[in-house]
Amino acid sequence: MKIPIWPRKSTDKAEEQTVEEAVLTSEKMQSINLNAWFSDKHVLKNITLPVKANSVTAIIGPSGCGKSTLIRCFNRMHELVPNSKMSGKVLLDGKNIYASDVDPVLIRRRVGMVFQKPNPFPTMSIYNNVAAGLKLTGAKKGRNLDEVVERSLKQATLWDEVKGDLKKSGTSISGGQQQRLCIARAISLKPEVILMDEPCSALDPIATAKIEELIVSLKRDYTVVIVTHNMQQAARVSDFTAFLYLGELMEYDGTDSIFEDPKNELTEKYITGKFG
Amino acid sequence: MDNYAYRKFKNRLFFLLSLICIIIAIIPLLSILIEVIVRGASQINLEFLFSVNGIGPAIQGTLILIGLTSLIGIPIGIMSGIYLSEYGNNRYASWMRTFNDLLTEFPSIVIGITVSVVIVIGMVGSFSAIAGAVALSFMFIPIVARTTEESLKLVPNSVREASMALGVYRWKTILRVVLPAGKSGLITGALLAVARIAGETAPLIMTVLGSRYFFQGFAEPMASLPIMIWRSALQPSAAVQAQGWGAALVLILIVLSLNIGVRLVSRGRIHN
Repeated sequence: MKIPIWPRKSTDKAEEQTVEEAVLTSEKMQSINLNAWFSDKHVLKNITLPVKANSVTAIIGPSGCGKSTLIRCFNRMHELVPNSKMSGKVLLDGKNIYASDVDPVLIRRRVGMVFQKPNPFPTMSIYNNVAAGLKLTGAKKGRNLDEVVERSLKQATLWDEVKGDLKKSGTSISGGQQQRLCIARAISLKPEVILMDEPCSALDPIATAKIEELIVSLKRDYTVVIVTHNMQQAARVSDFTAFLYLGELMEYDGTDSIFEDPKNELTEKYITGKFG
Repeated sequence: MDNYAYRKFKNRLFFLLSLICIIIAIIPLLSILIEVIVRGASQINLEFLFSVNGIGPAIQGTLILIGLTSLIGIPIGIMSGIYLSEYGNNRYASWMRTFNDLLTEFPSIVIGITVSVVIVIGMVGSFSAIAGAVALSFMFIPIVARTTEESLKLVPNSVREASMALGVYRWKTILRVVLPAGKSGLITGALLAVARIAGETAPLIMTVLGSRYFFQGFAEPMASLPIMIWRSALQPSAAVQAQGWGAALVLILIVLSLNIGVRLVSRGRIHN
């Protein structure tokens, strides 16, 4: 897939890579000393967090701790918010996505996102919602749209429910179905990483169970990062868990270790429900 | 009168005052409508509507003016609205927004004089249809820009984010995702703007002048309903004055049907 972009001058600075980073590049993604601000509010403080390939990494923490901001820094969505700032690096396959020669639009094609509230395109049919990724990014050349739509919907376990209604509006189905439609839309572009920002918080338990099942099945082909309020959910779906508190990374470890043997006192208090 | 009765009286008085005022406001409108219908309806027949002896040229001229103005104004107005809504998060844009609002209320006679000097005298050298359309565009564009901005701002940000997160460039997000979502608002805005300019007279007198004949060319003077009404009213002949009433009725019907159209379109928006 070749996408013509405006040629950018690559600067020497972007090519620099410290020894420390080179060691860490075996991870799929890696944030290094990541800081983020909204106006003057410092919402992320020196986050250094690895994301391992073909695994599910959960980010947990109380409201307002910066979970969503963190994953929005992973595909450069944070900078779309007016008056936002960030510093530090985020590596994708060892390359800094904030280097000056990187086009954020192309990063977003490699690192997809699913939002808290299902947000299908309201003016498009179910079919076009899934095909939109390919149509709007100019990637549809030489690809069979029908095939991509069917594959994506099947992977999102929505195909059987909507295959007869592909022409219906994307907003005509239930909330849980809409969220799976959004997941199908995200995977239609075959991203390498999928970021999910509390994907179940607007859904009922049955729809939640379906999406959790789907998340676990996705890690075969993708790397998944999921932000969640729900600790049971983190325990059920993730392989690694990061606990964020007031913008700082308190603890990161395998999910089992975090839940059975937390090293940090705050982590223990949070997962046992003493605050948050 | 005890305190309770006095308070109750005040309550009722306030209601009565507001009722009286709305009646005062509506009476002139109703009486104009009735007067125009009574005097104009008798004039209307096929010959009056379509022949050169009736108001055929005026109707044709007004439709041409609406078409030309829309052709100039809709693209510029919508693009301006896109700028204000999608890129307008800065100080310059808020200045432009203020100027745009000023232009919406700008005295049309001043626009007429300006266009008259620049285009009629300076460029074309004659009263012309195109000069009229340019003058009307000056009033048309700010309305469309404003309504476009407002209706695009109603499109939820989550829809923009959905598109941006797919790796879609901003211009394509705006054209293919945001504009379709705000479509009915854009149509409403354009129809409102057309209704607004359809009855404008002052800038037309100084730009298209008026004519007794059907369309002669874009660089020639042209007839239009508002000018026809104005000229008929100045004539002593009762027959010509009666024609003016007929023309007024037709103009009112055009504007009214546009307004009803707007309501239908925006009602559709609420249902969706």
